[in-house]
Amino acid sequence: MATEAILGVFAHVDTTVRALEELRARGYHDLTVYTPLPVHEIEEVLERDRPVSRVRLFTLIGGLSGIASAFLLTIWSSLVWGQVTGGKFMQLVPGGIIGSSLPPFFIIAFELMVLFGGLATVIGMIVLGQFPRFRQSPTFDPRFTNDRFGVAVHCAPERAGSVHELLRTAGAEEVKSR
Amino acid sequence: MSDGPTTSPTFADVNRDVLRTLDPPGNLYFAWMCVVALLLAGFFAAWAGQVWWGMGMAGKRVPQMWAMYITTFVFWIGIGHAGTLISAILYLFRARWRTSIYRAAEAMTIFAVMTAGLFPLIHAGRMWFAYFLLPYPNQRYLWPNFRSPLVWDVFAISTYLSISTVFFIVGLVPDIAALRDASSGWRRRIYAMLALGWEGADTQWRHYRRAYGLLASLATPLVLSVHSVVSWDFAMALVPGWHSTLFAPFFVDGAIFSGFAMVLVLVLPMRHFFNLHAYIQDKHLDAMGKLILVTGLVLTYFYLCEIFTSLYSGEHIEKASLFWKVTATYAWALWTMYFCNCVAPLVLFWRRARTSPVVLYIVSILVLIGMWFERFNIIVPSLGHDFYPYTWGIYYPSPTDTMIVIGSFSFFLLLFLGFIKLMPSLSIVEVKETIPPPVRDRAHGH
Repeated sequence: MATEAILGVFAHVDTTVRALEELRARGYHDLTVYTPLPVHEIEEVLERDRPVSRVRLFTLIGGLSGIASAFLLTIWSSLVWGQVTGGKFMQLVPGGIIGSSLPPFFIIAFELMVLFGGLATVIGMIVLGQFPRFRQSPTFDPRFTNDRFGVAVHCAPERAGSVHELLRTAGAEEVKSR
Repeated sequence: MSDGPTTSPTFADVNRDVLRTLDPPGNLYFAWMCVVALLLAGFFAAWAGQVWWGMGMAGKRVPQMWAMYITTFVFWIGIGHAGTLISAILYLFRARWRTSIYRAAEAMTIFAVMTAGLFPLIHAGRMWFAYFLLPYPNQRYLWPNFRSPLVWDVFAISTYLSISTVFFIVGLVPDIAALRDASSGWRRRIYAMLALGWEGADTQWRHYRRAYGLLASLATPLVLSVHSVVSWDFAMALVPGWHSTLFAPFFVDGAIFSGFAMVLVLVLPMRHFFNLHAYIQDKHLDAMGKLILVTGLVLTYFYLCEIFTSLYSGEHIEKASLFWKVTATYAWALWTMYFCNCVAPLVLFWRRARTSPVVLYIVSILVLIGMWFERFNIIVPSLGHDFYPYTWGIYYPSPTDTMIVIGSFSFFLLLFLGFIKLMPSLSIVEVKETIPPPVRDRAHGH
């Protein structure tokens, strides 16, 4: 189904929020909102029925794999390269691992948890936010990184007229079809 | 664009003022660059000389095999603390005063850790074997000893550098997008590539904000762990003056103390030359002054604890080491340290001093000198006067290691001076967050 994108440019936060509330009340959910900074009031409207960003899942998996790989690396390399510490080797025996040198390995585990967790978080952001984007979105306007707020509504062409009207009534200083 | 009578800058002002800092620099900037480049040439010449003629060019001898290089290494790692402290810990605590200084502080952190990272290579001599430090599969089945604090250090510092850099770059992305939209020609093309296609869409902010918060949470314990791990390089050894459980918090506090001093040393000229008084206000200087004062007082407490523990220990070698430090060859270094770190910051008890750029600048320089000497006093006199008289010795710096230490400041400054002209040294997004958002209808506003 062909859709049309209508962009409203706003100078104020309250008018943007008003437009968003009305659009949602009339059943428009395919919206893109551009802001030069994260604005609490706008986020509140948009995030109302959205699940929390899944970036945290990436962080968790990254952090846990950091801990696991650190213990694997340190314990395994101590087993293959036996060094006497505290009077005994670290050894693999039927009951498990014996030896007196596990505590220092927690330091390596902590560091790798932070490292892997941090890198996974960034990967999560890149994947979920779909970066990098090589082509500019048709509804983007350079003013949105300066001092203007943008609301892009994707709707059926026959509803374009009412969306235009709605955005203008809410307080958009400029409304255009893209 | 905010209506009504307000003196705070508007969103457009922020973009304009921050972009203004990237205008072509004047003669003073180039004069500074020349001085820095000259010192850097000296640094590389001294390092090349040391590689060519051998480690004898450096002044370190038995028993002080750790001397100026490790002193300066610990100093730079300490400087690197303030940036991530400001950007992660103060972010989580929602300290709003951080917004105008955090970008410069973060850049400072990365450059300081990069500078610090040179010193283990310089110190160890044959830096082309530096990869021996890392765990990698090899046919001899040799692995680094994971029980050694030096290996913990490798992990701690490389993690710190990586995470701080990632944090810094993530923070830069929306600002680079603002630069992209305000520039043209080849600059625009470069910024467009670096901005990764950032548009400020709600789907981008959503994941971005979550990722930023998580990175801050991960970086918070990291800040505290890095200098703790560095302190264990000393505390895990048995040398009198080193072997103390006090070392981790003592080092972390000292690092924050010196890190903030360096932030002021860099931010005060930035504020002056870029005319950023509307963003870096007196209240920001006041907050930083208070932090220096508090960390300075805590440091004084640690010094007293150190003396008390030594005297109360009943350990005559520990006491002898302390007595020697306070009265003998290196006493001047110790007393310089006490003056710079304990006495000089006391002036910041006065509010007028905390908001006076000149006083703050002088105190910060003294703190930096004091903190360099602190690391010197921990390393050199302790090694020079340990258990047996026949291992005692005096260290004299050589022209090579002196030049390398001085040159490291130019390496750091070169990176920082380059940064302030290529990237926004104030966070456009975060400064905007502190400004009341533009509202048309106040009755309707939230």
